[in-house]
Amino acid sequence: MIVLGVGLLATCTLIGVYLGDLLGIALGVKANVGGVGIAMILLIAARVWLDRRGRLSKGVKFGVEFWAGMYIPIVVAMAAQQNVVAALTGGPIVIIAAVGSLVLCFGAVAILSRFGGRSALGPEAAHAGSVIEGEADDIAAAPVGHNTARREG
Amino acid sequence: MLHDIWHGIEHVFIEQSLVAAFAVVGGLILVSNLAAKRLTNGRVHGSAIAIVLGLVLAYFGGLYTGGKKGVADIPALAGIGLMGGAMLRDFAIVATAFEVDVIEARRAGLLGVLALALGTILPFIVGTLTAVAFGYHDAVSITTIGAGAITYIVGPVTGAAIGADSTVMALSIATGVTKAVMVMVGTPLVAKLIGLDNPRSAMAYGGLMGTVSGVAGGLAATDPKLVPYGALTATFHTGIGCLVGPSIFFLTVRALVG
Repeated sequence: MIVLGVGLLATCTLIGVYLGDLLGIALGVKANVGGVGIAMILLIAARVWLDRRGRLSKGVKFGVEFWAGMYIPIVVAMAAQQNVVAALTGGPIVIIAAVGSLVLCFGAVAILSRFGGRSALGPEAAHAGSVIEGEADDIAAAPVGHNTARREG
Repeated sequence: MLHDIWHGIEHVFIEQSLVAAFAVVGGLILVSNLAAKRLTNGRVHGSAIAIVLGLVLAYFGGLYTGGKKGVADIPALAGIGLMGGAMLRDFAIVATAFEVDVIEARRAGLLGVLALALGTILPFIVGTLTAVAFGYHDAVSITTIGAGAITYIVGPVTGAAIGADSTVMALSIATGVTKAVMVMVGTPLVAKLIGLDNPRSAMAYGGLMGTVSGVAGGLAATDPKLVPYGALTATFHTGIGCLVGPSIFFLTVRALVG
């Protein structure tokens, strides 16, 4: 069922954000610490667990992947509500601090990604790309789970 | 008569705000995909154009309303605020994790931690040096502006904790917002140059750039399959910044400038 996928996603998000809040309180920070990241890890764990038990149905997958496919439109909506006026009228100190840290961090990405070595992306990653890009055909046609030997009963 | 029709449409848009946002963003992406295909021959990603278009609209929306939330301050487009707000953004980001290659993510774990450390320290140093260069001499202002260079949330959280005044806070937020906007626009331009084409470099990128909105937009415009890897590290960035900004960073700056 599709709603089970959406419900799973929502539950993981709520638990993750809650744990992120707790982590923030524990560290004495007025912010959520890694809530979304924790939620992502929970969802990955849930996928692996369901897959192993042969419970990762097409409906559940679709419920989650629909929202992954809505990611880019949501990001576009997010871009449309940024305070761009403030960004462009902030003056030299704002521009210099932002550009300076940007250039330095891009440079650091270049160095770190060289250190890390390149990793190859398999066909699964191509599927991931098309899901997040919002290609619906691919979602419907995708094989259900990685574990083809499904347990019955 | 024409005015009545317009009024009716506006009424529907206000009443059906989220549905209207889906329609508007859908139209925006349709136009962007066409532009990417026809005008750039597919060289530029459709989503990159859509994001830039969104930012341009946000600029004019901000000029028109004088508000802080781009087009979302226009009543008929308020649904954009809900659709692109933190709640649905985080929900969609978590959903992308469903597509993560667990082995890759685990292998890049240490790299992600290193990136997070650098991504907090480097922008802070640049921000503080800029503040000093522009004549700020007190530890509170210098730290607040430096923290703004980390992300636009770390800036005000740090500033509030150490008691910065409101003009410095505004400057700090503006620095973070500018950085986020630049990350969104700049990432697809430099992606090849910095080797941003695999999960490992995406995790390094997420930790270094930090700002969740910047990373979310930048990776969407570059290569959608890298989104979950970048988001995984970026999500820890703001929390870490809020942790060290008002504590270690502030104490260090105060020790240096007296």
